[in-house]
Amino acid sequence: MCLAIPGKIVEFVVGQPHLAVIEVSGVRRRVNIDLLRDEPPALAIGDWVLIHVGFAMSRIGVAEAEEQMRLLAMLGEDRLAMEELEGYRFTEPPARAEEIA
Amino acid sequence: MSTVASPMTAPDVAPPPAIRFRDSQIEMAHGAGGRASRRLIEGLVAPLLGGPLLAPLTDAAVVEVNGGRLAMTADSFVVRPLRFPGGSIGDLAVNGTVNDLAVSGATAVALLVTLVLEAGLPTSVLEDELRAIAEAARRAGVPVVGGDTKVVEHGKADGMYVTTAGIGAIEPGVRLCASAVRPGDRVLLSGPIGDHGITILLARGDVDLEADLRSDTRSVYPMVRALMQRIGDGVHWMRDPTRGGVASALNELAADARLGVVLFEDALPVRDAVRGACELLGLDPLHIANEGQFLAVVAPERAEEALEAVRDAPGGEGAMLVGEVRAEPARTVLAASAYGSARVVDMLVGDPLPRIC
Amino acid sequence: MKFVDEFRNPTLIRQASEEIHRLVEPGHHYRLMEVCGGHTHAIYRFALEDVLPDNIELVHGPGCPVCVLPMGRVDDGLSLARDPNVILTAFGDMMRVPGRNGSPLEHKARGADVRMVYSPLDALKLAEQHPDRDVVFFAIGFETTAPSTALTLQRARMLGLENFSVFCNHVTIIPAIRAILDSPDMRVEAFIGPGHVSTVIGCRPYEFICRDYGKPLVTSGFEPLDVLQSIVMILRQLRDGRACVENQYARVVPWEGNRPALRAMAEVFELRPFFEWRGLGFISQSALAIREEFAEFDAERRFRMPGVRVTDPKAAQCGEVLKGVLKPHQCKLFGRECTPEHPVGALMVSSEGACAAYYNFALRKSAAAEPVGV
Repeated sequence: MCLAIPGKIVEFVVGQPHLAVIEVSGVRRRVNIDLLRDEPPALAIGDWVLIHVGFAMSRIGVAEAEEQMRLLAMLGEDRLAMEELEGYRFTEPPARAEEIA
Repeated sequence: MSTVASPMTAPDVAPPPAIRFRDSQIEMAHGAGGRASRRLIEGLVAPLLGGPLLAPLTDAAVVEVNGGRLAMTADSFVVRPLRFPGGSIGDLAVNGTVNDLAVSGATAVALLVTLVLEAGLPTSVLEDELRAIAEAARRAGVPVVGGDTKVVEHGKADGMYVTTAGIGAIEPGVRLCASAVRPGDRVLLSGPIGDHGITILLARGDVDLEADLRSDTRSVYPMVRALMQRIGDGVHWMRDPTRGGVASALNELAADARLGVVLFEDALPVRDAVRGACELLGLDPLHIANEGQFLAVVAPERAEEALEAVRDAPGGEGAMLVGEVRAEPARTVLAASAYGSARVVDMLVGDPLPRIC
Repeated sequence: MKFVDEFRNPTLIRQASEEIHRLVEPGHHYRLMEVCGGHTHAIYRFALEDVLPDNIELVHGPGCPVCVLPMGRVDDGLSLARDPNVILTAFGDMMRVPGRNGSPLEHKARGADVRMVYSPLDALKLAEQHPDRDVVFFAIGFETTAPSTALTLQRARMLGLENFSVFCNHVTIIPAIRAILDSPDMRVEAFIGPGHVSTVIGCRPYEFICRDYGKPLVTSGFEPLDVLQSIVMILRQLRDGRACVENQYARVVPWEGNRPALRAMAEVFELRPFFEWRGLGFISQSALAIREEFAEFDAERRFRMPGVRVTDPKAAQCGEVLKGVLKPHQCKLFGRECTPEHPVGALMVSSEGACAAYYNFALRKSAAAEPVGV
C-alpha cells in the first residue's frame, strides 16, 4: 500500500537539520529525516534509508540484508546460488561509494 | 507521433461515420499518447475526417504523386518548460516530424513551421527557439520552406506552441507496415528509453527530483538510413516511441498486426537515473516518452546484421535487440523476466502519474 | 540499484520457487492473503504467480488506500475544489479515482485547481508560495503515510501557516485485518504482512492474529525474493503446525516499529469512533482524525463538507473482492463496464488495486497459449 524505495544519504542540508539529500540510482531529492534523527546512532553520510512520500521512514540494516541473502542462498545450497551470493556485498569502501549508486 | 490515417479513395456515397468516442469532454489523457489518445483518433477524428475506420494509424500518411510515393506528417508541440536539459520546443518540433518521416521509410524533403505565440512572450525566447529550429533543421538536413505565425491573447497559451509539417520521399521498394510483420521477427530498439519523459518531469519541478539527465531529442534518420541501406526489405515495421512510450507503440503494433510481442526485460536499455526516478515515482520506463529513439521489427535472419548497422551509425551505440514477435498471445505485449515469468505490458492509460501506493 | 537488484536475482528467485514447490503438499489448496496493495502490485509487476505452484492462491487484501476509500469521501474532497480560492492537492494515486461527478483529473479538466503532489511537504510548500489561496491536502494512506502528514501539520503550525489544511482520510490496518478475520466467509490460511506499514507500527500489533485466530503472519518486503521468502516462511510454519509473527523484512522493519513516527501520529491524530470502508462497511476505531489542538488545519472543521454517502453501483462487488471472497473477474462488471480506463470501482484504478492487476493478468491467462521463456 505504500511505495517506498532505498536511498543513500549523500548530504545534510546546512541550517535545516530536518532535511537530507538522498540519492536513488543517480536521482537526488531532499527528504525529511525527522523520523530517524532522534534515535541513536546518529545518521551519517552513506547510510541507506527507506524513503516514502519525501520522508525517510527507516534505516536499512546491512547486517540484516546480508543475513537475508545468506538464508536465500541456503534454500537450495546450490553452488551457483552461493556464487551469486559472493557477488553481493552491502558494505562498501567509501572510495567506491560513487560508482555503486 | 502524429496519427494520420492512410488515405483511401473516396466511395461515391460516403457511409455515415461510425462515431465511437463517448467521452463527454477532452481530458489531458486524450493527448498523452496512450489508450485514450488512440480512442479519440479512432473513434472521432478518423471517422469524421475520412480515414477508413480500421486503417492502420501510422506516423505518416503515404500519398502517391506521379508514380512516386511521398510521406506526409504534421505534429504539434506543447511542452512546459519550453527549454529543458538536452533541448527545447524548437528541437522537438523539427526532430519529431523528421523522425515520423524517417520511421515511415522516408527522407525528409521540406518542413513547414507554424507558431502560435502568446502575447507577452519575450522576443528573446522566440529568437532562441527560432535558432533552435534552424539548427535542428540544419542538422537533419531538411530546409524550412514556409509556415505561419499567429498570436493569441496573454493567458490563452503556454508561451508558445509549434506545429511542424513535413514531407518526405520514400525509396521505391520500401514497405513498412504492421501487416508485413511475421511471428519470429525481432524487435530492435535504438537506445536507452525514458530519457525525454523523465527529463521533462524533473524539469517541471513538481516532484523536486534532480538528476543528470538530458532529453534524447534528436533526428533518428542517420540510424534509420543505416538500417534501411543494410537490411532493406528485412525491415518490416518502424515507429518512434514518443508519448506513451515503448509500451504504447508496441501495443499498437500488436493490435494492428494481430500478433503478440514479447520483450525481454533484461535486454531493455534504461539509464540508471531513469530507472531510479521510475522506482521512486512508481512509473514504468516502458510508458515514458522518448524523442530520439526508434523501434524496428526486422526479419529474424537479418536481426544481428540490423543491430550491427544501427550500432555502427552515429548515435546508435546503445541499440539492443529487445524482443520478438509471437503468434500468441495475439494483441498482447508481454515482458518476460530472466526467471521464467511474464507480465502483461499494457498501453499507457491516461497520463503517467507518479504514485505513492 | 543497491538493496533492490539483489532481491531480484533470477538464480535465487528460481531457487526460492523450487523450495516453495518442495514445501507445498499436493492436494492442499493454500489461500494466502497479501494484506498490502503494494504486494498485489509487486506480484503482478514481477509476475510471481508464474513461479508459484498452482495450489497456492494469493488473495488480495484491503491494504490499498484508494481502493478502500468510499466514494462519498472522494466527493467531499472534490467539493472543496469548487471554491476558486482553493488549491486541492493530492497524490497521483488519487487523480483518477472516480467520484460521483468525475475524478480529480476530470474536475481539473473542467477548471478546478487540483494539483498532484509527491509529498505532503510539497503541498505545504504550495501554501507558502500562495499565501492568498487556501491549500488543502487530500491525505490518504495507512500508517506508513500518516506520520508524514503528522509531521507536515506540525511544520505548518511551527511556520504559522494560516492557509493550509488537511482532509484526513488516514486509516489503520489492524482493524481491517480483524474485520476480515471475523468475516463469516473468511477462508484465508495465513497472511503476507504489510512491510512498509510495519516500519511504523512494528510487528507486535499482529500477534493477536496468531494467538487468537491461529494464523501465521510474515511481515514481508516488496521485491520478488522478499515475497517468495515470506511464502517459504509461511509454508514452513504451516508444515510445522506453528502460527506466529515472523519478520522477513528485518533489513527495514524494526520489531518495535518507529517510535518518533508513532509519537508524531499520537500528537496530531486521534482515532475516529468509526469510519466507513468501501466494501467492508463501518469499522470502529479504524481511521484517524485530526486532534482538537490542530483544528485550524483540519479541512473538515474549516470548510463546510457535504458529508455525502454514496453507495457503490449495485452491480459492483468491490467489497467482496476486497474481503477476498470474490476474485476480481467474478464481479459482474469486471472487464465490461469496469476497466482501467473507465473504472467503476477504485480497485480498477489503483495500480495496487486487485482488479487492475487482475485485468492484466486474466487477460493474459486467457490469451496465452504457450508459456513464455527467454
